[in-house]
Amino acid sequence: MMRARVAYGGALHEATPAGGGGEANLRLADGRVLAEDQVIWLPPFEVGTVIALGLNYADHARELAFNSQEEPLVFLKGPGTLLGHRGATRRPAEVRFMHYECELAVIIGRRAQRVARAQAMQHVAGYCIANDYAVRDYLENWYRPNMRAKNRDGATVLGPWLVDAGDLKDPANLELRTFVNGQLTQRGNTRDLIFDIPYLIEYLSSFMTLTAGDVILTGTPQGVSNVMPGDEIACEIDGLGRLVNTIVGDAAFGRRGDAKSCASNI
Amino acid sequence: MDVEPFRLSGTVYGTLLNHRTALAAFEGKMTLPPYNAPPRAPVLYLKPRNTLAAGGDTVEVPAAGAGATAELEAAACLGIVIGRTACNLSEAVALDHVAGFLIVNDVSIPHPDYYRPSVRYKARDGFCPLGPRVTARALVANPDALAIRTHVDGVLVQTMSTADLIRSVARLLADVTEFMTLAPGDVLAAGAAAPAPRVRAGQTVAMEADALGVLTNRFAGGA
Repeated sequence: MMRARVAYGGALHEATPAGGGGEANLRLADGRVLAEDQVIWLPPFEVGTVIALGLNYADHARELAFNSQEEPLVFLKGPGTLLGHRGATRRPAEVRFMHYECELAVIIGRRAQRVARAQAMQHVAGYCIANDYAVRDYLENWYRPNMRAKNRDGATVLGPWLVDAGDLKDPANLELRTFVNGQLTQRGNTRDLIFDIPYLIEYLSSFMTLTAGDVILTGTPQGVSNVMPGDEIACEIDGLGRLVNTIVGDAAFGRRGDAKSCASNI
Repeated sequence: MDVEPFRLSGTVYGTLLNHRTALAAFEGKMTLPPYNAPPRAPVLYLKPRNTLAAGGDTVEVPAAGAGATAELEAAACLGIVIGRTACNLSEAVALDHVAGFLIVNDVSIPHPDYYRPSVRYKARDGFCPLGPRVTARALVANPDALAIRTHVDGVLVQTMSTADLIRSVARLLADVTEFMTLAPGDVLAAGAAAPAPRVRAGQTVAMEADALGVLTNRFAGGA
């Protein structure tokens, strides 16, 4: 089953794909059938802790000249960074390199505490697409990746659908694709994950209890590129649909477009 | 005294290297690899919901070995509780968005390397006691001159003052909300002093500050 959470007509709704196998239309639980652009798409589930992986594809690690690792590079994100399908993400005018990251998101469905690899997949509720933006200009070498680079408002896009775990035949063999203005720029396959999903659940649950709604963003393959205001970024993953996002400039958020004195202390 | 938003959201951020003593501990190393430069913008970390605990809760000390130590750090921080949505604030209005304050006991497995430390040093279950209550902003005369005293088994081991923060409460809120909106009920821990007190299983930590009360937690050996 594919489920979305959308706002329409003054209320929040659960929605499912409607008709013809396409995803252009959706059906609300109350029976109304709507076009994709008639609703506001929210992240498709109540999001708990957001756990993200850095450099979890060998090719992307090479792209960033990063060597082998002993344990997963995990960082955490807060709720303010979340955004739904068809939303807009701000690119500060002053930056030189902001890029998308298409990722398979694994949603926990059942409490996981010290779970062994063999049982790990029983704790997965489903999957969705994530686009986890980074602003590399703001990367600093303290507690990498620091939040100014990786936890910005509206810079973690989730959706459009939550796809039940049982409906995805093999999450370890899914192609990921990113298109910038219709042009294919990023391509990878989840079979190339350095740390696979069962390992990540075993590893994480060894020290932190995972609960329903926690989500693991499993990392991105090579092919990240700079995006500018006006660009449309579409991330696709086999079986999960197509997650669209638009880059906008400072003006859309009432910002003057110059950096505040934020980066000038000490 | 109850203050809006009456309950916490469950989102707790910490601020790295925002106390004079914490910065001084890296004196001479900041311009060397792997850091190469002192921090510019606030460096934050998240204490996820599995870490949250209340006063009176027991903090589980992991067994030594496998990268863990028998001692934990218990770092007292001033927790800023957001009362109104805080986005791109100026320093002048920042405190208007604060509901109140509490004490955050930011527990960590000691780790000397701040370049890319494993999340398991700070995100273990129960590693973020906070409380004992939210004290309304109006009852705290000056959040930038607040002493938090840490006692281990009744012995005073650290007194940290928010007067020694690099970024004051208002300045920190302005700089953080430039890139990250904080919501009502979110907590931003303003930074710990160094060195953080060390605690072993069997010990009890009490952190207290004038106006904020006492946050007490026992540390016990893990299974």
